[in-house]
Amino acid sequence: MESYLNIDHVSIDFPTANGPFRALDNVNIQINKGEFVSIIGHSGCGKSTVMNIVGGLYQATEGGVILQGKEVNEPGPDRAIVFQNHALFPWLTCYQNVELAVKSVFGKTRNRQQIRDWTLHNLELVHMTHAKDKLPAEISGGMKQRIGIARALAMEPKVLLMDEPFGALDALTRAHLQDSLMEIQADLNNTVIMITHDVDEAVLLSDKIVMMTNGPAASIGEILQVDLPRPRQRLDLADNADYNHYRSEVIKFLHQRHARKAA
Amino acid sequence: MNDKLIYFLEITGLNWFVPLAKIAGGEPAGFQFQQLVKMIGLPLIAMLAFLFFWHFGAAKVDTSLGQLPGPVQVWEQVKVLNEEHQAERQRETDFYQRQEQRNANKLAKNPDAEIKVRDFNGRPTFIDQIWTSLFTVFVGFLLASLIAIPIGIVSGLSQNLYNAINPLIQIFKPVSPLAWLPIVTMVVSAVYVSADPMFSKSFITSAITVMLCSLWPTLINTAVGVSSIDRDLLNVGKVLRLGYFTTVWKIVVPSSIPMIFTGLRISLGIGWMVLIAAEMLAQNPGLGKFVWDEFQNGSSNSLSRIMVAVLAIGLIGFALDRIMLTLQKFFSYDKTANIR
Repeated sequence: MESYLNIDHVSIDFPTANGPFRALDNVNIQINKGEFVSIIGHSGCGKSTVMNIVGGLYQATEGGVILQGKEVNEPGPDRAIVFQNHALFPWLTCYQNVELAVKSVFGKTRNRQQIRDWTLHNLELVHMTHAKDKLPAEISGGMKQRIGIARALAMEPKVLLMDEPFGALDALTRAHLQDSLMEIQADLNNTVIMITHDVDEAVLLSDKIVMMTNGPAASIGEILQVDLPRPRQRLDLADNADYNHYRSEVIKFLHQRHARKAA
Repeated sequence: MNDKLIYFLEITGLNWFVPLAKIAGGEPAGFQFQQLVKMIGLPLIAMLAFLFFWHFGAAKVDTSLGQLPGPVQVWEQVKVLNEEHQAERQRETDFYQRQEQRNANKLAKNPDAEIKVRDFNGRPTFIDQIWTSLFTVFVGFLLASLIAIPIGIVSGLSQNLYNAINPLIQIFKPVSPLAWLPIVTMVVSAVYVSADPMFSKSFITSAITVMLCSLWPTLINTAVGVSSIDRDLLNVGKVLRLGYFTTVWKIVVPSSIPMIFTGLRISLGIGWMVLIAAEMLAQNPGLGKFVWDEFQNGSSNSLSRIMVAVLAIGLIGFALDRIMLTLQKFFSYDKTANIR
């Protein structure tokens, strides 16, 4: 059966002075609808490049990305991106930031009241209604990322792409946001690709963990299916044997088989 | 209410009065008083020291037009120039009254009489010259901004275009207004031919010279501001599939507003300096012409009158900069940024 999102034998070369530099080689991932997939690897291994190709910001040199049977090779709201540094417009309030996305995507098909309701609904989803009239500079990093997620969700994407969404946050805030993300995921059943370098985050959130080898010419090392029942509770999992097994699998991959050469 | 007042004072650059407003708002007077001394006291001392040195220093310099004027003589001339202006206005009012009277009389005698309405043709006073200069610099600056901001935005967005026009910018940027002036004068004379011109040729010449010199800072700052936009913000625009103009209007312009205004402020400052020089050389009406006429006139008061003009030029330049700063603060999203 054709999968929902097919990252089909993707390779990418970047031009350099010394000829093309192969950053990714033959990356092949199949993702089902509603699946939460993490891509993990050392920094510089091309995780973000994979995401940028799916997002359409980069063009694959070989292979391609097929979403619901159609090739995608330019950016679009069906593949909304949550950026690591939130990328909110600093001159717009939280509400306006989400509204801009809603207007751009649904401006022609929905009336003003519907746009307003949908914007507020998405702010409510990430529990940020109270700060809707604040500027991004006036709220904390975690809150900014919540707005970033609300903006992406408001586009009703077929695939939600998250580029180390919690990487810039402190551990406690990160845990809060991970819990929120799991709740939302349980509600909306989105298809998600998340780039991360946090092992616990990957195991806690994912259905599938894609582990990447080191670059240059990075490719997929292993794909780990995470069969933990949902909803998952951070506390219960701490002593769960399966959880710890998955966790050690990823750690062994990263630090034993594909340990990064001294940086 | 008090918060709003303080915000208004801060945004208009009238920071001097903030401590007073805070004392009035019931904040501890001691600390605010210290602030007041720092903000008003220190500049006041510097100003007094300057006047002191000017007064005694000037007395030691003898020129062919007499002693170099000190603050007292200059202040005298401020009053004289103002009186001359009032007198000229009075003459103007009288002239129009007489003309109206004459015409009314004529019409009373013969309702079909042809009446003539003439404009008052008095000598432009110092204050008239200020207004002429301000209007000229405004027009030149506006033209420059209308050209420089769009080009800056487009070339900031396209590295290739920027590479293409950068050498031209670098070549024309350092050119002095005085070098442009003869060319502009000739081109304006050749091109701007009209039986009933809306503006005088000298005005157009000055305005275009101002424009040519105040293009560059705005253009360069806009281009730099636009090219240093956070890539992620532009990527958000791509994900939303915003068109080129929507991207420019919704993302590029708001995020480069601080840099655009930095450029505009420099441009306006340069425009004001250029204008005075251009007016002097080209004998266009304005403050520059006033200075030149006084210099040629060579009376014993001339130096004092020129100094009045110098101070007026400085104060107006300062005021223009303040206005731009206020606009910049008003339009920037980051109200906390320390803009000087």
